[in-house]
Amino acid sequence: MSVLTISRRGLLAGSALLLASTALPAIGRAQTPKKGGRLIVAADSEPRNLNPAIVASNGVFFISSKVVETLAEASFDGKDGLQPRLALSWQGAADGLSVTFKLRDGVKWHDGKPFTSADVAFSALEIWKPLQNLGRTVFKDLEAVDTPDELTAVFKFARPTPFQLIRNALPALTSVVPKHVYENGKIEDNPANNAPVGTGPFKFAEYKAGQYYRLARNDDYWGKDEPFLDEIVYQVLPDRTSAAAALEAEEIQLAAFSAVPLADLDRISKVQGLKVVTKGYEGLTYQLVVEINHRRKELADLKVRQAIAHAIDKDFVVKTIFLGYAAAATGPVPKNDPQFYTPDVPTYPFDVAKANDLLDEAGYKRADDGKRFSLKLLPAPYFNETKQFGDYLRQALAAIGIDAEIVNNDPAAHMKAVYTDHAFDLAVGPPVFRGDPAISTTILVQGGIPDGVPFSNQGGYKNAELDALIAKASETLDTSARTALYKEFQKMVAADLPLINVAEWSFISVARDTVGNIANNPRWAVSNWADTYLES
Amino acid sequence: MTRALALLRRRLVGSVFVLLIVVIGSFLLLEAAPGDAVDAYIVSTGGDAGMIELLRHRWGLDQSELTRLANYLWALLHLDLGQSVTFSQPIRNVILDRLPTTLILMGSATALSFGFGSALGIYAGARPGSFRDRFLSIGSLALYAVPGFWLGLVLIVVFAVDLRWLPIGGIETIASAKTGLARATDVAIHLVLPVSALGFIYLALYLRMMRAGMAEAWRQDFVLAARARGLPRRRIVLAHVARNALLPLVTMLGLQSAQMLGGSVVIESVFAVPGLGRLAQEAVAGRDTPLLLGIILVSAVLVVAINLLVDLAYAFLDPRVGASEAGT
Repeated sequence: MSVLTISRRGLLAGSALLLASTALPAIGRAQTPKKGGRLIVAADSEPRNLNPAIVASNGVFFISSKVVETLAEASFDGKDGLQPRLALSWQGAADGLSVTFKLRDGVKWHDGKPFTSADVAFSALEIWKPLQNLGRTVFKDLEAVDTPDELTAVFKFARPTPFQLIRNALPALTSVVPKHVYENGKIEDNPANNAPVGTGPFKFAEYKAGQYYRLARNDDYWGKDEPFLDEIVYQVLPDRTSAAAALEAEEIQLAAFSAVPLADLDRISKVQGLKVVTKGYEGLTYQLVVEINHRRKELADLKVRQAIAHAIDKDFVVKTIFLGYAAAATGPVPKNDPQFYTPDVPTYPFDVAKANDLLDEAGYKRADDGKRFSLKLLPAPYFNETKQFGDYLRQALAAIGIDAEIVNNDPAAHMKAVYTDHAFDLAVGPPVFRGDPAISTTILVQGGIPDGVPFSNQGGYKNAELDALIAKASETLDTSARTALYKEFQKMVAADLPLINVAEWSFISVARDTVGNIANNPRWAVSNWADTYLES
Repeated sequence: MTRALALLRRRLVGSVFVLLIVVIGSFLLLEAAPGDAVDAYIVSTGGDAGMIELLRHRWGLDQSELTRLANYLWALLHLDLGQSVTFSQPIRNVILDRLPTTLILMGSATALSFGFGSALGIYAGARPGSFRDRFLSIGSLALYAVPGFWLGLVLIVVFAVDLRWLPIGGIETIASAKTGLARATDVAIHLVLPVSALGFIYLALYLRMMRAGMAEAWRQDFVLAARARGLPRRRIVLAHVARNALLPLVTMLGLQSAQMLGGSVVIESVFAVPGLGRLAQEAVAGRDTPLLLGIILVSAVLVVAINLLVDLAYAFLDPRVGASEAGT
């Protein structure tokens, strides 16, 4: 055993020397990525459907986006924040009734068949529109897709549809799957949903339930010299503490989506050979939101909602719960959104005295025990941070005389309690902002949504004026007019508080220093990793 | 042999009823949990009302509880465990995929705790009240008080992260394409830490039981007689004292097998071992009723089978057991 220890020490000394001796050349080499190697990545869950055309979610994209590509990907510096993938260009008609895509030539599916406009038409009409969780909303008016030639697809809409919305939806909603694989039989039962076939830089190679997914290099990929890696292996590590340990032991090289808990980052960042990367998630912003059940008469009173907003110390939440890896929110659009965000909205600075005054004004005086009223608080169990914020909110509410009882549920039970049974007064939720308010943000405050729709307004909030604004924005074609309407939307939400936006956060990657080209686009963790490489 | 067969027959008939009660009870319990498989599914996807209705229909969740229970039992009668919605696969395949892993993990951990536990118990019980007895008793108690997941994490930090002698988790080197002996060795190396974490905790139980049984046996007349006959001490300890203290341990072994299945949930998560325990946890989180029922059934069959073996071993170890049944 002592032999092992010594050899390890020797190894360390040796590698330190090696590092020192190659430090200079390494800087020059960083621009020319190396080919080959197996990248091992931590995965904390195993999505049951890996088809990103049906399930447009980050959990699925994390694995499938390397196999199945979209028409365009998000970009830090591209026009409109996009870079071409399967589509080379996209042009919206002035009347909002059609969008024309010119497709990339010479692209092959993993089974060798050519990629054509027929595949795009099939994916759009047979999958995105009728089956996809997000596409059912965005593509609801899609009527037909014309394919005048093999490399042109023209989307035809029954009602004018803003081109800006379609553009913003490209990175997440437009995964193209092969028509010839899916055209026979029920799409939902197709075996390719668990072993996807695409055009991406990696082919789906193997899945061992409970252990790993393996993707192998696609030698016929259209990107010149890409991909660099030979293999990507996703190792399933259900316990969050073990991801950090596996990185330290060099068993894995990358843990994305904050698989390493925030509390461990400080320690991990000091470990030699590991780097903490906060970039690469700008297009995947999660929002920390207090959902409100307006059926409770106290909460239907705007003054009470304002009081709650004033009682929350957003800076404390950012510093203590998110350890600084977040930003305080002002309204329903996150600050880091380049198109729609406006800071020009009513704000609620932390002010306990004012909150107490507002509650007094509203007529909810403190009883002899100091309490005004009690309510049920349901923090969503999906993230540590939502649970911790639930504990904080309980204390913040106690300071203004509101007695909150925390109800902890597992994900399925929370889903049912909040979105179907409405058995909550306040809930803590983490909705996602997906680059355009019409994709999954307006639904959080819109009236008339049926019971049971997850991540939507299930708090019984109705505001005819706000609904009219949302409807108008959904059919406004002019980009600047549409953007202006969504700025108005932010003001109205911040003023009437159908929900309270507290903070916005993204994820963090921890990687070994040898992993190159990570975080080079705003949706990096869910992009195709064609240019990611490993230094040996 | 007829004695054993009679025991087997009676046990099998009883077991069928036990299993039926277990299945129906678990079904009702899981139905009572808030949220169903669709609720669990849309947590990670979202979706609109139409899509949710579609899913409920596809997964048969729009039928009444009674219809689903009846359908399940009818299929079970044909030895069909049904389809898992979490894995989109026949449940039989999902379980068979994980069962060997759990059996190896459990089997090794049980062997470790039983083997080491009884051996140390004999060592301690050979001289009750001595220093080594006190040391082992207190040490094992301390080990027993340690939570399994914590012991697992400590083992990981020491042996996998700091010393790097052993892998952090998993059942084998991922995507290594090893076969035969190389693969067996690989699996064995991966099992060292989880088996230790699981086994060492239960070790205390066997140790203390052995030691207590022996301490009592020392006071029996037959030990005095053996001494008077001038038998060597070694023979008295092993053949007379220890053998008499062994029986309760065998009983414990049967009971323990059920506990071990439960305890492995935590250890399997910490060490990322793809076993039945973790599968059960996923089935509950995903509200995958048929999958959970399948796991419970398989576990129940396992426990019944192990206890049957224990009973047979009992009959073998102690001639008094089952003597009354010899004639029937």
